[in-house]
Amino acid sequence: MGFFVEVLLSGLMAGVLYSLVALGFVLIFKASGVFNFAQGAMVLFAALTFVRLLDILKDSFAPITLSLIITIAMMVMLAMAIERLVLRPLVNQPGISLFMATLGIAYFLDGFGQTLWGSDIYTLDIGIPKGSIFILESVFDGGILVAKEDLVATVIAGLLVVTLAIFFQKTRIGRALRAVADDHQAAQSIGIPLNYIWVIVWTVAGLVALVAGVIWGSKLGVQFSLSLIALKALPVLILGGFESVLGAIVGGLIIGAGEKLSEIYIGPYVGGGIEYWFAYMLALGFLMFRPQGLFGEVHIDRV
Amino acid sequence: MKYGLLLRALLFSVPLVMIGCGQDEVGSNSSSSTETTDSASNADGIIVNVSDSNAQFIPVLSYRTGPYAPNGMPVANGFTEYLKVINARDGGINGVKISFEECETGYATARSIECYERLKGKGPTGASVFNPMSTGATFAITEKAPVDKIPLITMGYGRSESRNGGVFPWNFPIYGTYWTAADVLITHLGNINGGLDNLKGKKIALVYHDSPFGKEPIPLLEKRASMHNFELLKLPVTHPGVEQKSAWINIRKEQPDYVLLWGWGVMNSTAIKEATGVRYPRDQIYGIWWAGAEPDVRPAAADAIGYQAVSMISSGQAQVHKDILSYLYDAGLGSGEREGVGEVLYNVGLLNAALVVESIRTAQSKYGEKPLTGEQVRWGIENLNISEQDIQDLGLSGYMYPVNLSCSDHEGKRAARLHRWNGESWEYSTDWISADDAVLQPMVKSASDTYAKEAGLDASACDS
Repeated sequence: MGFFVEVLLSGLMAGVLYSLVALGFVLIFKASGVFNFAQGAMVLFAALTFVRLLDILKDSFAPITLSLIITIAMMVMLAMAIERLVLRPLVNQPGISLFMATLGIAYFLDGFGQTLWGSDIYTLDIGIPKGSIFILESVFDGGILVAKEDLVATVIAGLLVVTLAIFFQKTRIGRALRAVADDHQAAQSIGIPLNYIWVIVWTVAGLVALVAGVIWGSKLGVQFSLSLIALKALPVLILGGFESVLGAIVGGLIIGAGEKLSEIYIGPYVGGGIEYWFAYMLALGFLMFRPQGLFGEVHIDRV
Repeated sequence: MKYGLLLRALLFSVPLVMIGCGQDEVGSNSSSSTETTDSASNADGIIVNVSDSNAQFIPVLSYRTGPYAPNGMPVANGFTEYLKVINARDGGINGVKISFEECETGYATARSIECYERLKGKGPTGASVFNPMSTGATFAITEKAPVDKIPLITMGYGRSESRNGGVFPWNFPIYGTYWTAADVLITHLGNINGGLDNLKGKKIALVYHDSPFGKEPIPLLEKRASMHNFELLKLPVTHPGVEQKSAWINIRKEQPDYVLLWGWGVMNSTAIKEATGVRYPRDQIYGIWWAGAEPDVRPAAADAIGYQAVSMISSGQAQVHKDILSYLYDAGLGSGEREGVGEVLYNVGLLNAALVVESIRTAQSKYGEKPLTGEQVRWGIENLNISEQDIQDLGLSGYMYPVNLSCSDHEGKRAARLHRWNGESWEYSTDWISADDAVLQPMVKSASDTYAKEAGLDASACDS
């Protein structure tokens, strides 16, 4: 039983991180109705910028704070540039056009980030504790082994997820974002400044990317592979629904736990290595019953 | 939002494409590009135009972008800088200058094939020899090489049975195959346990990249497991290896005596981090030579201390490195950072290039000092005979060992050392360990006979 709980827990912790990456997608989808294929590239770009600035500013009085501020400023500028150069010319164009534009942004950011900062592996140490600890020793024989790094990452990601959920559901800007997502023209007609909202939402997605990049980067080293982590968010989105913050959270947990449990308990019978595609199978299974995703909105079109 | 269905279809297709790339050995988002020396300035005869009719053309398949770039860049730098220093220091190979062209593969098999097709006809005599720098690409190009009559040097990778020159006359896995590496590791585990028989009852886990590269040692390890009655746990990790917690949870549960790490790129450093997370001792983890370089251990920092890997060539600088620094870096012609000269993967690239250059030199002894065709260079590789004195003359003392190939043996010495990461650098932890050819040879014969039968090849070329 202890082993099962350990597998489940590690899956749930991985799931929270998937949720964090998925949230970046959901934010932009809710606000602009566009699936942002560049979210993974943003994770890499933000983390690369942060880690390289950290190296440049290592002799300053507060390298982490300074690097963080400059990186955030760069993500804001990036959001403004994307809004001005990519999104504004595509207002009221079909969603698929915007989606294709984000493909272009992804390729640009991948190349630009590596050209600007290099393609090497950069070690990132922001003081997250290393090693592992045993928990619940009184409940399970031998306890449950948990990596401290995973625990801290889960707490940070969890806090950010909750903050964003509140921001979306309870604040005025959050409501404006949702209105923009429903209909660009209608939102503009009632006085919601579309361009301003887009800059905000891309900035927030950039900050989410930064947090995800720093967490994963401190685990793996900051390198190109960070941009592939976005792929882990795709089954979460398919399962949870593109428009739902709650969907991203619950979807992340289900996918995280599902893939780990499947790998450990089903994997040995089929040669292993199944967790990657099992996540998609799981998502596909859910779609059989809820095509709009677990928490996605049902669209009824008049024909 | 009306395109929700289309979007879902697209999202499903993305991972399928990525998984496909992973099986083939990886994809990347980066675009294919060709770095050419065509337009480069002729820096004192160091960089030679590909269209120069008096130069020997060597194609370079490299990956400087994508998830495997941190590993691909030093290999490419070592390879190309050795070619440049031969031009700069020696005026070419017996006076025949070398021209080369790099083609970016992103470590993806499909793009490697595209690069192969693009480069095979370049230069006055076409490509002299290819180093695919990827097992997946080697599997694919192996079918093409006999048709185009261009040899492949696959130092430390590719098909393990391709050492049999009777069946694979165009493949040269010099300095070791994956079966050799796996056998060296098992022999070492036998040595530290007081004999191979003492492996009985032990548990050895193989954590491997789920690709042709990662699966290659499995037949050898299964054979050894049945010979010595140890249990082999096979734990695949999906490309690129950033998420492998399940494998390490399994290791925590099974508590194997040793873990063999068959990874590449980010998978390796992640594995060491995960090992720390489950408190698995690093000194019980042994990597393949592609998991034994600086990029594999630096991100894991102190967690990697004590980790060992089998090695064809370790880090450090010989005379040729000093020449590279003075002829290239001092003249502003270096490809990377000065500190990178002499790192493990840099030296792997350099050693590959040295084998190419010496093969061409050998072929020149028969066909004359002029640009040679791939077919002529193939003869040069098969008749390679590099002695200790030659190695000293090349400025590679201590970094290369004698090579003597033949028609039936395209691998040469089947031995390797292990090196250990001490937190700062790699240092050799064992002397040379030989693989047992009594185990390998029957496997090579069986696998290559099967290949010959399926491909309808005559396997008797070396019998006479």
